[in-house]
Amino acid sequence: MTDATSSHPVRRTSREAATSRALGAGARDVRTTGWLYVLPALAAYGLFVLWPIVKTFRYSLYQWDGVGPARWVGLDNYRSVFSDNELASSLVHAFELILFFTGISVTLGLLVATVMRRVATRRVGGVARAVLFLPQVVPLVAAGIAWSWMLASDGVVNQTLSAVGLGRFTRAWLGDFGFALPAVGVIGAWVLLGLCTVLLLAGMSKIDPALYEAAQIDGAGAIREFFAITLPNLRYEIGVCITVTMIAALSAFDIVFISTRGGPGEATMVPGLKIYQLAFFNREVGAASALAVVLMVLVLVCILPVQWLTRRDDS
Amino acid sequence: MIVQRRNAVAGGVLLVVLMVITLVPFASLFTTALHQSGTYPKGLDWPSHPQWHNFADAFHAANLDAIFKSSGLIVLGVVPVSVLIATMAGFALGHLRIRGGQLLFVVLLMGLTLPLEGVIVPLYYEVRGLGLLNTRWAIILPLIGLYMPFAVYWMRTHFVNMPSEVSEAARVDGATTWQLFWRIHVPLARPAVSSLAILLAVFTWNQFLLALVLVDDPTKRTTAGALGAFQGQWGADIPLLSAGSLLILVPTITLFVVFQRQFVSALLQGSLKG
Repeated sequence: MTDATSSHPVRRTSREAATSRALGAGARDVRTTGWLYVLPALAAYGLFVLWPIVKTFRYSLYQWDGVGPARWVGLDNYRSVFSDNELASSLVHAFELILFFTGISVTLGLLVATVMRRVATRRVGGVARAVLFLPQVVPLVAAGIAWSWMLASDGVVNQTLSAVGLGRFTRAWLGDFGFALPAVGVIGAWVLLGLCTVLLLAGMSKIDPALYEAAQIDGAGAIREFFAITLPNLRYEIGVCITVTMIAALSAFDIVFISTRGGPGEATMVPGLKIYQLAFFNREVGAASALAVVLMVLVLVCILPVQWLTRRDDS
Repeated sequence: MIVQRRNAVAGGVLLVVLMVITLVPFASLFTTALHQSGTYPKGLDWPSHPQWHNFADAFHAANLDAIFKSSGLIVLGVVPVSVLIATMAGFALGHLRIRGGQLLFVVLLMGLTLPLEGVIVPLYYEVRGLGLLNTRWAIILPLIGLYMPFAVYWMRTHFVNMPSEVSEAARVDGATTWQLFWRIHVPLARPAVSSLAILLAVFTWNQFLLALVLVDDPTKRTTAGALGAFQGQWGADIPLLSAGSLLILVPTITLFVVFQRQFVSALLQGSLKG
C-alpha cells in the first residue's frame, strides 16, 4: 500500500529534477498552482469524510437524542461501549466473524489455488474465473437474501444434509442462537472466497517456475514446496486477502441486516448494525458515535500490522 | 505422469465444486421463483407447473423500472464527477508533485480503510442540514467524498508511473498545465480511468447503508437499497421475493458477462491496490 511513497531518496531527487525539467521554467509555480487540481477532490473528501469523522468524535462525548439539547458526558459513552453487554458483545462478534470471513476464505483460497496452480491456470481464465467472481459483483443484499433462503429450514443446506444422511443436524440455521453467527460467517466466506482464490492464483502465476523445478530436483514434496516456495512468495497477496476480508468482517452490515437483523436476540449483533440501531431507533447518538469511533480505531489497529508485515520490500 | 494426471483431476474437481457452491444460491432462487406465489417450496425443487408470471408480478410489485432508472441516475451523478476530480488530484499528486503532496496523500490514505458506519451518523445530520434527505443527492454527494481515497490513490498510481518525457515534449511546444493534463495525460490514462469508472459504478449500484439511512422512498434509492426495501415488504412471500431478487440482478450480471474481462481485472487491481 505504501510502496509508492517510500521510494528511494536518491531516486526521488532525480525524479523531481526530471519533473522540474519537464515542467520547464514554470516548474516552481506548477508545484504550487497544482493545488488547484487537488482542491475539488479535497473538498469532497473533507466535507463528507474528514469533517464527519471529527463530528463522530464530538458526538461521542455527549448524550444526545438527535433533537433536544446535547449534554456533555465526557468519556461515559466509551465506558458503556466496553461495559454494556450488548455493545461489548457486538465487538466480540465482529472478531468472531473475522475467523470465518478471513479464516475460511484465505485458508481455503490457498488450498484451492495451490491444487489448481499448475494444472488449471489456463482454464481458470474463462468461465471459472467469471463464476468465482460473481459474488463480488452482486450486491451483498442479494447474497444475504439468497443465503437466508439457503439456510432456512427447507433450504438447500438442510436438503443436502438430509440427502447424505445427516438429517439429524438440520435446523433453521439463522434462527439458532448457537449457529446464527457462524452461519452469517459462512455467507461472508462465500462472498470472499472467489476473490481470494483468484487473487492468490494471480500471485502464484508470478512465481518463477524454476523455483518449483529446483525444489522437485531436491526431492521436496508438495507440502515442503508449499511452505518453502508458495507461502513466502505469496506474502503480499495473502496480506491483501487478509486486509480486505478483515475490513469486510469488522464493518459487516448488509449481510447481517438482511439475514438476521442481529438476531436471534443479540446473537449476531455486529458493531455496524448496533451503530445504526442506536443512532436511528434508540436515539442514543452519543453511544452510537462512541461505538463508531471504537470501530474505526479497531479497523486501523487490525489492518496496520498486517500491512506492515506483508508489505513489499521494494526499496 | 500419473501424479500429474491425478493432480489435474483433483484440481478440476475442486474447481467444479467451488463453482457449484458459488452458483447454488442463485439456482435455488431461480427454482423457488417459479413456485406458486405465497407457498414455502423446498430449497432446490423444480416445480411441476413453473409460474413464469412471477417474474412479471415481481417486476410490477417492486416497481423495477423506477428502481433501475433511479440507480442509473445515481451512478451518473457519482461516477463522472468522481473520476474527473480524482484524475485531476492524481495528476497533481503523481505527476506535478505539488508541495506538501506527500502529507496530503497520507491524509487521503487514512480514509482507505474507513468503515462507512464510522461516519454514517454525522452524514445523516449533515445531509439533513442541507435539506437533501430523501433525495438522490443524499446518496450522490457523500459517495463522491467517500470514494476519494480509493479513486485518488488509483489515479496517482497511474500518474506516478508515467514517464516525465511525455510532458517535456508538450512543454517545449508551449502547452499550459491544463492542456498538458487534458490533451496529453487524460487520453493516455484511459485504461486506468475506465477501470476506475467500472469499479465505482459497481460500488454505487450496490451501495446499501447510505440508501437505507438517507432515503426512505425505494424508487429514489440504489438497486441494493431498493432490494432491501423489497425484502422488508415481501419477505414473507418467498417465491415473489426470489423472483424480484433475480430480476434486480439482471442488469449487473448482464454487464458483468459482457465486460467480464474488464470487470475481473479491475476488481483484481482494485483489491491489490486498496
